Amino acid sequence: MLLLVGAWVIGVFGTIQVGWASGEGMPPRLWITVAVVGVLAVAMHVTVRLRAHYADPILLPVTTLLTILGLVMIYRIDVAAAQRAARNSVPPPTPDVYAQLTWFAIAVVLFVSVVILLRDHRKLQRYTYTCGLAGLILLVLPLAPVIGTTVNGATLWVRVGDLSFQPAEVAKLLLTVFFAGYLVVKRDSLALVRTKVLFIGLPRLKDLGPILVAWVVSLGVLVFERDLGTSLLFFGLFVTMLYIATQRRSWLLLGSLLFAVGAVGAYLAFGHVRSRVTVWLDPWQYADTSGYQIVQSLFGLANGGMLGAGLGQGFPSFVPFANTDFIVAALGEELGLTGLFAVLLLYAIIVERGLRTAVSVRDGFGQLLAAGLSITLALQVFVIIGGVTRLIPLTGLTTPFLSYGGSSLIANWVLIALLLRISDRARRPDVQAVATQDALTQVVRR
Amino acid sequence: MAKPIRLIALLLGCLLVALLANITVIQVVLAGDYRDRPGNQRVLLEEYDRQRGPILVGAEPVARSVETGNALRYLRTYPDGPLYAPITGFYSIVYGATGLERQENRVLTGKSDLFFVDRTEQLFAGRQPRGGAVTTTIDADAQAAAFDGLKGKVGAVVAIEPATGRILASVQSPSFDPNLLSSHDTAEIRATYEALKADPAKPLLNRPIVALNPPGSTFKLVTTAAALASGRFTADTVIPGPATYRLPNSTKEIRNWNRQPCGPDGEVTLAQALAVSCNTAFAWLGTQIGADALRAQAQAFGFDTAFELPLKAATSDFPTDPDPAQTAMSAIGQFDVRATALQMAMVAAAVGNNGVVMRPYLVQEVRGPDLAILKTTSPDVFAEAMNSLDAAALTEMMVDAVENGTGTNARIPGVRVAGKTGTAQTGNERPSIAWFVAFAPAQSPQVAVAVVVEESGAEEISGNGLAAPIARSVMRAVLG
Repeated sequence: MLLLVGAWVIGVFGTIQVGWASGEGMPPRLWITVAVVGVLAVAMHVTVRLRAHYADPILLPVTTLLTILGLVMIYRIDVAAAQRAARNSVPPPTPDVYAQLTWFAIAVVLFVSVVILLRDHRKLQRYTYTCGLAGLILLVLPLAPVIGTTVNGATLWVRVGDLSFQPAEVAKLLLTVFFAGYLVVKRDSLALVRTKVLFIGLPRLKDLGPILVAWVVSLGVLVFERDLGTSLLFFGLFVTMLYIATQRRSWLLLGSLLFAVGAVGAYLAFGHVRSRVTVWLDPWQYADTSGYQIVQSLFGLANGGMLGAGLGQGFPSFVPFANTDFIVAALGEELGLTGLFAVLLLYAIIVERGLRTAVSVRDGFGQLLAAGLSITLALQVFVIIGGVTRLIPLTGLTTPFLSYGGSSLIANWVLIALLLRISDRARRPDVQAVATQDALTQVVRR
Repeated sequence: MAKPIRLIALLLGCLLVALLANITVIQVVLAGDYRDRPGNQRVLLEEYDRQRGPILVGAEPVARSVETGNALRYLRTYPDGPLYAPITGFYSIVYGATGLERQENRVLTGKSDLFFVDRTEQLFAGRQPRGGAVTTTIDADAQAAAFDGLKGKVGAVVAIEPATGRILASVQSPSFDPNLLSSHDTAEIRATYEALKADPAKPLLNRPIVALNPPGSTFKLVTTAAALASGRFTADTVIPGPATYRLPNSTKEIRNWNRQPCGPDGEVTLAQALAVSCNTAFAWLGTQIGADALRAQAQAFGFDTAFELPLKAATSDFPTDPDPAQTAMSAIGQFDVRATALQMAMVAAAVGNNGVVMRPYLVQEVRGPDLAILKTTSPDVFAEAMNSLDAAALTEMMVDAVENGTGTNARIPGVRVAGKTGTAQTGNERPSIAWFVAFAPAQSPQVAVAVVVEESGAEEISGNGLAAPIARSVMRAVLG
């Protein structure tokens, strides 16, 4: 509770600082906004206290802090965009922060519902294949005629009327559930080593199927939706979960091998992949064209330096998509190295708590699910922040909790809800743990 | 399944470390590089957000920042734009900065290490950092006199204080108005810049220190200095000065401007040859001294050195490895000899300063935002180009050139003026560039000046006619 209040206070100060430093004065509707955020945070806290009493106490405040930081930064970028519009004498764009606040409210409602309705995470295991199917459908949904929309070259949106969302964000959760459910059942047969090729133990061809399917699906996403980030995410997720389930390092090797083949193949076959890599290798040469974004991002980060330019005192609007993919560049510019380190450590805390939950929960499904959810989050953070800071080629993914965008925010909050639910089970005193029937039917490996 | 999860956690930890390390490299190690990259508008915009320090001539700002109340909080203005343009340069949001605006940027923005104490104080006081002030060595009267003199002509003037190397005037014509390039109106900036760039008279070229021209007869000062240094010639040595002189190993002949011999029987003293600017005598002298001695003398005066005032001056050239005919031509400042107005002013200044060449400089002091002096430039000897006896002899010859020779338009009543005219041709036969270099008073000079006027109209090109009057008014402005 104290941590939550801390996060809220940081948000309030951040918002005031933005208004003051950017010369716009007090943000309009400031007190309503911070009150709404406060109420939402308290609602989540109370729900968790009542319905998941033993849940990890750190996860919720840390995630809330990240979301609030995101809101502050989106507000900050709104201000910058409005100022820029004023300078060019065009009507100011609609601010995004209120939309994001609405999404946050929806996310909280879903979060609360998940915590209340899903009394035990093991119930999800019943829906393994439903989840898998739904996930796959969602994944290919943007390709569907009429509702599928291509934005900036990537087909990852679904638009119905005025509402649009990125199904991949939800698919991410569903597929994690599917992987966990599938692997917990199949892990023993997958762990069997039949043939050895080049010192790598391979399982039977029949059991090799799923990994190949995952590989093909992620390649398919890459090819047909041109979404590099998502395909990377799914493949990485599946390989690591497979490894956790079977404890066979050969899966990691095989996965890396397939990844390498896929990467080289994609590079050779697709222009957009190739151009991403060229820009990554030498963005300066394309500073005015395809490398503009990353170059501006680097300039922004450099401008931030150690301590940052200060909230409201940088030029985050120079980076296109500053409030979605590139929000980390904006953060790095205004809060500096210190701020970015803090944000990365917040993510690290979430992932660490998630993996700790995975280790300590007693059922295999829970273990895999918690690990998978944590890994999804970690990989997503790495892929997007690595891209924005030119550690790896840039791929479009949202930054969990920080980026503007409803699908991402909602999906990631549900992810946290699931993690909390599992951690509640993991930390619950033993007496109750064996009480449910499901637990007895599982072979629990320690 | 705890073991594989731990391994995965370790791998994810490695990814985290990679991210942290990479961000550190970008934001700390490479940040400086990125900031200095062209096209980084952030740095410029940020600079517009704080008050940039002024550039001063005496106590008067010639470039200063004023508050606008707009998004870009400060506007850079130049009260006497075209007059000081070759010194201040411009400060453009589109084209970056030039001149002192560029070279002293760190001082003007307050980011120089000189301001460490101020910055620390500002950090704790939470005040916006302000820039420091740059005081130039320019003498406002000399600058104005040179500017007026060049009005309507194409050319440049540089005036130096011989004893120190302080630059007292640096003027060009045509000039430009830096106000138009430093405004906040990008359309206006672009239009102005494109027009200036298209102008054949090249107003954006920093003529006084960057334009290279054949120095013509003013280079005879260097040839004379080399001749005196050789020990084989004095002011009274009689040398041949016929009406025409056939270049060695060549069918080409050079002649004097009036097609007459320089003295009776085609012979003159060295002093007389300099006074009447005798081409044939100096061409012959060049072959006697040799290219190596000429080059060594030229280098001692500052040829082949890139001076930073801190504005970057062009390097004046003496040709490498000329044959005897080319050496003879070089001795009269033709062939491939090229010099800036700055360089020829340095030659005159050195002769007046007992042969000692002072390193030229444009920045007198750097002051903090509170006007406390943080740095003062002290005079620095570049080289001893001549011994003081030779320098005194050459000074007398130059005084003679003004009083009885070709440079009569530079005479100032009551002041002994030492000077040398020059005309040079670039390419075609007709002379196209007029020079005059001088210093005064001859015994202990307070000012040395070089004037170069390029052909721009139909007027007769002559050093005495076009350039000497400008040199005189600049010297009078300094002498008061």
